[in-house]
Amino acid sequence: MIGVEAVYWFVGALFLAWALLIAGDAGHPRRWGSAAFWGLLGLCFFYGTWVQSEQAPGWILGIAVIVMVVLASTGRLKDGRARTTTDEERDVSSRRFGNKLFIPALTLPVVTVAIVLLAPYISINGQLLISPVNTTLVALGIGSLAGVIVGLFILRPRQVFTPILEGRRILESIGWAALLPQMLSTLGILFTKAGVGVAVGTLATVVLPEGSLIAAVLVYCVGMFLFTVLMGNAFAAFPIMTAAIGWPVLVQIFDGNPAAVFAIGMLSGFCGTLVTPMAANFNLVPSALLEMKDKYGVIKAQVGTGVPMLGVNVALMYFLAF
Amino acid sequence: MLVLIGVLLVIVGFAIGMNPLVVVTVSGIVTALLGGLTPLEILDAFGTGFASSRSVTVFVIVLPVIGLIERFGLQQQAKRLISRLSRLTTGRVLIGYLVIRQATAALGLNSVGGHAQTVRPLIFPMAEGAALRRYGTVPGPIKEKIKAHSAATDNVGVFFGEDIFVAVGSILLITTFVDATYGLQLDPLHVAVWAIPTAIAALLVHGFRLLRLDKQLDREVRAIEAADNVEIINAGGTA
Repeated sequence: MIGVEAVYWFVGALFLAWALLIAGDAGHPRRWGSAAFWGLLGLCFFYGTWVQSEQAPGWILGIAVIVMVVLASTGRLKDGRARTTTDEERDVSSRRFGNKLFIPALTLPVVTVAIVLLAPYISINGQLLISPVNTTLVALGIGSLAGVIVGLFILRPRQVFTPILEGRRILESIGWAALLPQMLSTLGILFTKAGVGVAVGTLATVVLPEGSLIAAVLVYCVGMFLFTVLMGNAFAAFPIMTAAIGWPVLVQIFDGNPAAVFAIGMLSGFCGTLVTPMAANFNLVPSALLEMKDKYGVIKAQVGTGVPMLGVNVALMYFLAF
Repeated sequence: MLVLIGVLLVIVGFAIGMNPLVVVTVSGIVTALLGGLTPLEILDAFGTGFASSRSVTVFVIVLPVIGLIERFGLQQQAKRLISRLSRLTTGRVLIGYLVIRQATAALGLNSVGGHAQTVRPLIFPMAEGAALRRYGTVPGPIKEKIKAHSAATDNVGVFFGEDIFVAVGSILLITTFVDATYGLQLDPLHVAVWAIPTAIAALLVHGFRLLRLDKQLDREVRAIEAADNVEIINAGGTA
């Protein structure tokens, strides 16, 4: 059975390959620091398997993570600007291949979706071929392999390793931002362990005036929003705000429809995700990926939707759930 | 309440523009120490946190195929394709993507798009291609704005589409949490139905903003051109 750990190992192997390429690049501005960062990240993807199954101590991985943070924050990680085709060359080859260029780009999502949909029906000797847990990630891995194969077949680059070389170029332009989403989810775990959630929940109950439905809806929705801004993730905010206000006040006292209260409450949290740098995978990684000058540019573009949508959610909950 | 100092550290750290990796690591350690965790427990938390969140970094798996087709001019081709369609503007390209992204996410097909898979190789070049046809050139600040809105449209589409699908993480989190904690028996489908009004509102709000984006870009391009002309005149005067 192909499970998600296989995908993590594939990702780990990619990071190791990229680290080797960087180590072999004599013209790299921070050759050894960068190779160490990406290589260590790759090894952590393998070692993480045993930490996840509690067969290996987590603190060793913790030290490795801190080492990566130190490497990245002391300027030892730099973009090597790997050689690629020039704009003129790309113009010429795009005229040559035309719309055929879209075929590998579309193979990726089409294969991914096909596998997600077919996974429950593919089995060998009565055992499912693809694990039903995290099917999407496995499918994404297979989809991108399929994309590479189709791409190699259509474009026929001189070297079969070209996809790895070009992948390195994009990875290095993302840089340390690639590690940030995982660090933020660790921060969320630490916040929860240290009792930040309970403290915020207590604060929310303190500011709530008794007997007013609109005030309770506001505190629940705005609380979900603010808490998500702080934690970078509505999932961490939901249990705490729901235990503080959603259930005891909105459902039990005001007799709200639980399905509507909770669904719209969660979506108020999503509005917070749009405006916070703590949701790095949605807001900071894309600005790195698109090589933007302002790393907060994506958030700035989203404030105009996130904040009005919070207002919309408050109104929807007030009018639909009671 | 003392643990909230850690949260404060994050806010201050981001506000003064420190490296986010450092902000997150330091505030995690401070919060954990205030919460009474031992150094070994803290290192353990960093390790298990990394191991259990590896899924957010799996997007790098698409970089080889995206890099390969970029090398052969995918972005150029996407741009050219769009610039032939005269009715398409940046805003309209992005509205089209918003609708597709929201609809597919509502069917549980989140992995159809994404910043690495679709925004960088296809959506941004198309949105830029539309601007190129309209203005002749796309100045730096305008390009930056189109990039930001391309990424933003992807996020808005997914966030307000995925909750309509019953088997998505957030819906399952709601039902498992409230069922286990309060002894309810919520049907995921009933929760998902209540995501529809917000989804429609998000389509309208963000769609409206994208329509206005075209006018905004028109204005900014004109302002940049005017500024350039002044410079040319001034330069001519002094020469």
